[in-house]
Amino acid sequence: MLVVVLPPVLEADNAVAVYRETKKRLARRPKRLTVKTHQVKEWDGTGLGVLVQLRCDCEKAKIEWQIESDGDPKGFARTLRELKELEPHCQGIARPRPSPLVWLGDQSYRLSSEFFRLTAFVGDLTLALWQTLRHPFRARWGNMLYYMDRTGTEALPITSMITFLMGLILGFQAALQMQKLAGDMYVADLVGLSITRELGPLMVAMICTGRAGSAFAAEIGTMRVNDEVDALTTMGIDRTCFLIVPKVIGLTVVMPLLTLYGDLMGVLGGLLATTLTLEIGVQSYISRTLEVLTFWDVGQGMIKSVVFALLIAGVGCLRGLQAERSAEDVGRSTTSAVVSGVFLIVLFDAALTIVFSRFGV
Amino acid sequence: MDKPLIEVKNLTAGYGREAILRDISFDVHPQEILLIVGPSGCGKSTLLKHMIGLMQPMSGDVLFWGQSIVKADQEAQRNIMRKFGVAYQGGALFGSMTLAENVSLPLHEYTDLPAELIRSITEIKLHMVGLSGFGDYLPSELSGGMRKRAGLARALALDPKILFFDEPSSGLDPLIAADLDELILNVRKAQGTTMVIVTHDLASTFTIADRVIMLDASIKGILAHGKPEELRDHENDIVRRFFRRESAADHAMLG
Repeated sequence: MLVVVLPPVLEADNAVAVYRETKKRLARRPKRLTVKTHQVKEWDGTGLGVLVQLRCDCEKAKIEWQIESDGDPKGFARTLRELKELEPHCQGIARPRPSPLVWLGDQSYRLSSEFFRLTAFVGDLTLALWQTLRHPFRARWGNMLYYMDRTGTEALPITSMITFLMGLILGFQAALQMQKLAGDMYVADLVGLSITRELGPLMVAMICTGRAGSAFAAEIGTMRVNDEVDALTTMGIDRTCFLIVPKVIGLTVVMPLLTLYGDLMGVLGGLLATTLTLEIGVQSYISRTLEVLTFWDVGQGMIKSVVFALLIAGVGCLRGLQAERSAEDVGRSTTSAVVSGVFLIVLFDAALTIVFSRFGV
Repeated sequence: MDKPLIEVKNLTAGYGREAILRDISFDVHPQEILLIVGPSGCGKSTLLKHMIGLMQPMSGDVLFWGQSIVKADQEAQRNIMRKFGVAYQGGALFGSMTLAENVSLPLHEYTDLPAELIRSITEIKLHMVGLSGFGDYLPSELSGGMRKRAGLARALALDPKILFFDEPSSGLDPLIAADLDELILNVRKAQGTTMVIVTHDLASTFTIADRVIMLDASIKGILAHGKPEELRDHENDIVRRFFRRESAADHAMLG
């Protein structure tokens, strides 16, 4: 049998000492623990916590627990008794873990509802775009210009930089290899074709995913968190037409233009690399490039960039709409917009390249 | 009278170059519940932010136990801040942590209590605010009122001597608001916590306040100050109307 007389002041400073001491003595497994509270005048959360925890420990170790509260001046024992219902936590109830079957069900439900939402979104967007074409005067052109400015004009410096360097790198690498084969002049072919057909649209798409796609997701996600999307709905305004169409059209107009500009910068980068490493004049490089490049090479890149633009804007807006309530969700939807954007771009790029090479040139 | 716990001295506060509060002074005494009230935009929250050291005043000083929180260096400031708890309007819970983790965070950071004891204390705090059993929930799974109460539990985790509470009853229904008032009084009774509460809820003003400070934008300072009953019969028209919840039109019509 163990008796503990609590001190008059049971607060953070001394309560832990009481706890440690009592625990040590409980380890000797007395039959009963008696706690005397008649001195306790002041206590705090730690003091209460110590006793609740001791009570749990006793219960677990099957030690009888008794409180003697005769002459308890401030009702400490009563306060303690009111905390009786906290008992369940000593058993350490953990949340039940779902069975694998439940997990499987959850996952397939999630996947299928995701698919439904995607389908509904694509449908909505198609309808809304169709509406915009039928009633072009009702569309929010001012808003579209704003997004063109944000995603196009403001992206020019970074696009110049990246595509120019891309062409430069490509030029250097190609020059090294072509020199071995004595095919110096083919550097112009290689740079020109790979930039216009592949790297131009791809690089621009990556830049736009990072800049525009993420911004769209963050913007719409924040609007959802602030109930702004709900406000639109209750005003009877179609959210797809109002929020999404301007972004999609804006980006779809701007991205091919950016790509065209990127193509130019890339070829210039290749030009610089070639003239620096090989004995080819500026004049002959340019004329060779013009000779090799067909309208279709550039056109292919344009088509790709239109598809990429639809993907980037679409996924950005979709992820934004999927954000729920919390600010954390906005971050998550932004990340997810970029990741799924990049994934879709590469996927569609591969598909388009195959299609073009089969049926095109 | 006891030595004041908090002294606000000639505080001038504002945003940018525009002062919202000019040259205000008052004291907070041990174990009292002081309410800061006033119409929207009068600078209540600004005053609170200055008192808890989140904003630097344009001039003037705020002292805790005679020590300035304004002039203190970062280390000293943190030491003062550790001694008070702040419950924010929306709860300000960390969204990525469960309620129990939110409440136990200060305990983990500032004490070296054994883990099982921290768990018990956390349970007690959650129980105190009527949220026992919700420890494993994420803030986003709770209603606004529950989040607010959880925020209070976190503010009380370290048994602070002083508690600041921003708008305890805003966004709550009258029943829960009344419960919260009760809770505030209980905490004071049990632990003798001094409280500074910003509110514009009249009902709770009369229930919990020992003393009220009323701010007003027109004079950029303290318009009235005293016991709530005194302010109801205050000579100033705005103060009286505020505490009786009368509109200006009412007044004109009634003459």
